[in-house]
Amino acid sequence: MAEENNSPVLRKLAEKFGDAIVSTHSGFGDDTAVVRREKIVEICTFLRDDPDLRFEFAMDLTGVDYLGEVPRFEVVYHLYSMEKKRRVRIKSRLHEEDPTIDSVSSVWPGMNWYEREAFDMYGIVFRDHPNLVRILMYEGFVGHPLRKDYPKAKRQPTVGPVE
Amino acid sequence: MTDLMGTKRRGGKLDLQAEPVILNIGPSHPATHATLRFIAELDGETILSLTPEFGYLHRCFEKESESHTWTQVVTYTDRLNYVSPLMNNVGYAMAVEKLCAIEVTERCKYVRVLISEISRIIDHMVCIGTNMVDLGALTNFWYFWKPREEAYMHLIEPLTGTRLTTGYTRIGGMQWDLPEGWVQKCRDICRNVFLPAIADVNALLSKNRIFIERTMGVGSITAKDAIAMGFTGPCLRAAGVPLDLRKDETYLVYDRFDFDVPIGEHGDTCDRYMVRMEEMRQSVRIIEQALDQLPGGPINVDDTRYVLPDKQLVYTNIESLMQHFKNIFEGIHVPAGEVYSATEAANGELGYYIVSKGGGGPYKIKVRPPCFNMFQAMPLLCEGQMIADLVAVLGSVNIVAGELDR
Repeated sequence: MAEENNSPVLRKLAEKFGDAIVSTHSGFGDDTAVVRREKIVEICTFLRDDPDLRFEFAMDLTGVDYLGEVPRFEVVYHLYSMEKKRRVRIKSRLHEEDPTIDSVSSVWPGMNWYEREAFDMYGIVFRDHPNLVRILMYEGFVGHPLRKDYPKAKRQPTVGPVE
Repeated sequence: MTDLMGTKRRGGKLDLQAEPVILNIGPSHPATHATLRFIAELDGETILSLTPEFGYLHRCFEKESESHTWTQVVTYTDRLNYVSPLMNNVGYAMAVEKLCAIEVTERCKYVRVLISEISRIIDHMVCIGTNMVDLGALTNFWYFWKPREEAYMHLIEPLTGTRLTTGYTRIGGMQWDLPEGWVQKCRDICRNVFLPAIADVNALLSKNRIFIERTMGVGSITAKDAIAMGFTGPCLRAAGVPLDLRKDETYLVYDRFDFDVPIGEHGDTCDRYMVRMEEMRQSVRIIEQALDQLPGGPINVDDTRYVLPDKQLVYTNIESLMQHFKNIFEGIHVPAGEVYSATEAANGELGYYIVSKGGGGPYKIKVRPPCFNMFQAMPLLCEGQMIADLVAVLGSVNIVAGELDR
């Protein structure tokens, strides 16, 4: 359950979703809510459509690999409300054995490629994504390069011309 | 909303039962100005579907930064948007300073505004210049290339020692203060180089019938779609949304200047051009006000935990020598935590998400490159239009592969 806080966004989220909000904080002035992954689409739709919140912009989405911690992965969303001039960060933790979360590309179409990038770099699978394929790396690349256990100096053969 | 990406086709039915032609454009093509690739499905000259592809310039910025110190990463940020590197440096330094809770000095804030606005002007000049050269208007390219060159020669090179890979900011300040005579030179360049060049191109293009018919209604996007696709910067403002972080989430000292945020109406190539032209004039206004108000005093914070100690002290005093050594080899110590910091770069919102676990280097850095969203929307902007318009649209949304691929 979320602790008491002064941010109207986090308070509203905690009221509405209760146990789906794992924790909240406003460290360094950035409002942050850690949420359960099952509810991510519901929470994002609420954040976008609620008249008091109006987070119409999804600015950024990325993964983070906390190797050695359980759960290992984290998906981080950065939202911006032009109307309310506010930002919020939504995070969700994913276990190494099952790094899947629902896609929010139906909520913000602009998140489509960000999710592809998180898949490419971390191997996080976004359910119901329209086209979840590699984006920066090439087809045939093995592994996910931004994982902490992917060696920085590792070399892979470059692919030849496409047949 | 879901049909924005993917399958939506505005081209209509095929003529004469002909099979669509698949055309590959890039990755090395003179009109892409970077290593970008498109696969276009054509019916005659009409684009039925467009698949953008990139990643050819991926240099592992995020992976590399995880094994470098905080200050070393500044060097990498130059190589994101290499058309306006100074701005990327500023955005990064501000993100780390947010994590360290450093308040930079007044003079430093003004210098950061100055270099950001000079970068914005030359970035817009490159964007419009190359966009026009793709449309056959070569003269404008030279009219904008010369002032850009003068800015490099007389402002950026004397300031940073280099042209493109500037690396001028530091955590807690700048590499060094402005050189002698720079302020006067900056005033001179703004008055006598930037403004006449903008006026020249304006006279050649803004009422030019060929240009207007070539760009009006080409690659247009509605405000609603632009917001849904995460557009920011001039491309969003061209669609009529007055979002500018310098006003809406004011940072540094932007609240002390009087400037306007131009917006367009149709979000097409013509509006994007008009918005950029006006933004350059507004940037000149900001620079002139900043030069008038430029305060004296130190450029760096007085805290050797973040800023290298004075050279004189390093040579004469053991504590300063040790501090210098530790700052260089271990890196400055940044508290554990996570921040997201955004600035209004030339292309839109440039965001840095930084995770620190304490110690001398970042645990993770994610850059939100502004042109990522614009490139993603290329199918939306181009499908149903002519293949020749692809080149016009691509130039006008200003894709810089350095920040797109990182």
